[in-house]
Amino acid sequence: MSVAENQAAAGRGSARAVAILSSLGRFLVIAITTYLGLLAVTFFIGRVIPIDPVLAVLGDRAPAAVVERTRREMGLDLPLIQQFYIYVKNAIHGDFGTSVLTTNPVMTDIRRAFPATIELATLGTLIGAVLGVPLGVLAAVRRGSLIDQIVRIIGLIGYSVPIFWLGLLGLVLFYAKLQWVAFPARLDVVYEYTFTPITGFYLLDAAMQGQWDVFYDAYRHIILPASLLGYFSLAYISRMTRSFMLNELAQEYIVAARAKGLSETRIIWGHALRNAAVPMVTVIALSYAGLLEGSVLTETVFSWPGIGLYITNSLQNADMNAVLGGTIIIGSVFIGINLLSDLLYRLLDPRTKAG
Amino acid sequence: MMLEKFAQRSRSLLAGAAMSALLVSPAFAVTPADTLVEGLAIDDIISMDPGEAFEFSTAEVTGNTYDLLVRLDLSDTSKVKGDLAQSWTVSDDGLTYTFKLKPGLKFASGNPITAADVAYTFERVVKLDKSPAFIIEQFGISGDNVADKAKAVDGTTFQFTVDKAYAPSFVLNCLSASVGSVVDSKLVKEHVAAVTPSADYKYDNDFGNAWLKTGYAGSGRFKLREWRANEAVVLERNDNYYGDKAKLARVIYRNMKESSAQRLALEAGDIDVARNLEPNDLDAIAKNADLTTTSAPKGTVYYISLNQKNPTLAKPEVRQAFKYLVDYDALASTILKGIGEIHQSFLPKGDLGAVDDNPFKLDVAKAKELLAKAGLPDGFKVTMDVRTGQPTTGMAESIQQTLGQAGIKLEIIPGDGKQTLTKYRARNHDIYIGNWGQDYFDPNSNAQTFASNPDNSDAGKSHTLAWRNSWDIPELTKETEAALLEKDAGKRADMYKDLQQKILDTSPFVIIHQQLEVAGLRKNLKGFALGPSFDTNFVGPVSKE
Repeated sequence: MSVAENQAAAGRGSARAVAILSSLGRFLVIAITTYLGLLAVTFFIGRVIPIDPVLAVLGDRAPAAVVERTRREMGLDLPLIQQFYIYVKNAIHGDFGTSVLTTNPVMTDIRRAFPATIELATLGTLIGAVLGVPLGVLAAVRRGSLIDQIVRIIGLIGYSVPIFWLGLLGLVLFYAKLQWVAFPARLDVVYEYTFTPITGFYLLDAAMQGQWDVFYDAYRHIILPASLLGYFSLAYISRMTRSFMLNELAQEYIVAARAKGLSETRIIWGHALRNAAVPMVTVIALSYAGLLEGSVLTETVFSWPGIGLYITNSLQNADMNAVLGGTIIIGSVFIGINLLSDLLYRLLDPRTKAG
Repeated sequence: MMLEKFAQRSRSLLAGAAMSALLVSPAFAVTPADTLVEGLAIDDIISMDPGEAFEFSTAEVTGNTYDLLVRLDLSDTSKVKGDLAQSWTVSDDGLTYTFKLKPGLKFASGNPITAADVAYTFERVVKLDKSPAFIIEQFGISGDNVADKAKAVDGTTFQFTVDKAYAPSFVLNCLSASVGSVVDSKLVKEHVAAVTPSADYKYDNDFGNAWLKTGYAGSGRFKLREWRANEAVVLERNDNYYGDKAKLARVIYRNMKESSAQRLALEAGDIDVARNLEPNDLDAIAKNADLTTTSAPKGTVYYISLNQKNPTLAKPEVRQAFKYLVDYDALASTILKGIGEIHQSFLPKGDLGAVDDNPFKLDVAKAKELLAKAGLPDGFKVTMDVRTGQPTTGMAESIQQTLGQAGIKLEIIPGDGKQTLTKYRARNHDIYIGNWGQDYFDPNSNAQTFASNPDNSDAGKSHTLAWRNSWDIPELTKETEAALLEKDAGKRADMYKDLQQKILDTSPFVIIHQQLEVAGLRKNLKGFALGPSFDTNFVGPVSKE
């Protein structure tokens, strides 16, 4: 939002509503353009990569005559532009085609895979936020101290060490050696074929059905990958919290509050953090979106049947409908979360509230 | 300072670990007593319809869930034995095979198994015309004549008519391939979907293909309960099975690709069998007192091939030089240790007529001599397409090094499996490294692909391995066809021996080893054995103590 808009919004309530609506409109235009771009780029990349999508349908060992026939059936003999037109036409109607790997409509697969990713990313973000925010605050308050250094090092490691490597280390230590957590999957085999999920969020489903043994089993499976994602997001959240807090602590109202004799605890947690909370919402939301789309490697290491693993497997198998569908869904979520955090930012920012 | 930070970090990590310890109690995982859990890379599965599926993993599942007319005799793999068929006869002219079914057979659904089901099985395979259909169609059978060529004479008599007097061993071996898995016609017909006929497909229904992709209509020891792509295959005991019932109630194949992940899960007891182990993990498992290993040679050979479109690689001396530039012994003792046996002929051990003398050794001097004769004393530069993963990557690196000793600079082009395969099929490679598993358990399967190329033009319809490498061989093609019609098994074996020798002497194929399939298993398993082919890894006899 520009400064001019900001001032106008501060002046009149209705004008503010108009501003929000107009920025919503602009956002929609951007979103639609982004979608189309996403569709086009993914589609054409999918068609020019040197992998024959017919292989996905027929496997490695099909005879030549069958390959030729299938190519015609799949419409791959049509000009690229025509193929793209057909694809977009179907996509607009919510039809992303059929995954040749699972034989399900892509949307059905995604509906099944997505809850797994959301469950993992949500728990990861929770862990990251619950630990990251206090750590960031501490680091800011004790700037330059040992605690500050430690927080920064923890952040640095979270940033620079590849997550799949930490994942493998975690598996070797906590699963193979110590047997504290369960094996890479969502549930033990005993439960996997007896438990009927409702929402697809296994922790929630198990709790709703009062199946506490399933709940515990699901927990033992999710805790390690979620902790890793949590660590990853903690690194980001703590660093941003630290810098927001440093910014707030340097403000005049803090000096004023100190002069009034407020306790340090209240100043930090009550005043400074409250004001820093506004940009924090965006940071946490972005981190959440990041975990949703960036959990590909974690899902692969932990055999977590979410959207990341789905897209990875589809890519490896040249299952282009699934790749395209998955990419578009992830893109939508990213665009959606951006929109949401943007709106939240506007709602929470005291400067926009003033009007 | 740095050390202090480090200590602090480890302390906080330890504190974190301690916290997790409070949150989760240690528990040793054990699979249920009535369930076998195998870790296996099953990401190749694209359909469970036996009329369509043509992948290694599917072959294993189909082998355990469907029955055939005849099946490979595991005590002598050059023969078949009756499965659903009690007996069979071949007419004097060698064209008509008449099978008598065992009495009282039932599908898992409870429906009786009749000769009409067998006839329907062949009809749908041929009319669907998917990847494995050629195994049946090569006997002169098409959608137009299948009703006459594969028919039920009465409730328990099935007749199969071929177009030439082929070697009976060849015909029977083909019928033992999983494409011949007998389906429950009553059940399938309940699930057919309507299709609009087109130039490519002239029938008005899909013969239940859409449903059978994930469905099941068989009579095997196990029935298929569920296949979740890239996740798992779940089998359940079939209590209607005609023979000895399976000992376990359930078998679960879990998709696990990584050797190390399989090893961890096996050690922890989360799986009972690990199926895709690399040599170092195999070693570790062999040393573990709770675990054991087993292995079996499979009908899959690994080879490199030289595209004859490349004029340098087309020189006979160069082709031969490559065969002396592979360090077979070093490969056998490292990358292939426990998972492969050096084998240089195109027929895998166990096939009728397979030759197992391996004439080539690493001999740089001899290779240099051959290269000099070809006018290339200083070697040359060439590329090789390698699909990432073991053992191909390790093999490629070893070959790169030994080729270098003779002045051949090999550039490795790594790629995803699908990527290298696309290039290979389009004949756009220089050198390709890969594996070839036979399509059915008969010498013709490999002879046809390595030693025949009916039309070497780019438009050629028969994309054999010889075609993929642009190797034009009209004489060998004829010899391959002739071996099919030889009824005397001894003479037929000699013909294949001769073909193998010619391939060794002249071909652009450097065949390196035959795959040894391995498995690591928990010691409480009884009766687990790997078979000679992918559809003979039977889980029926397995039990737990």
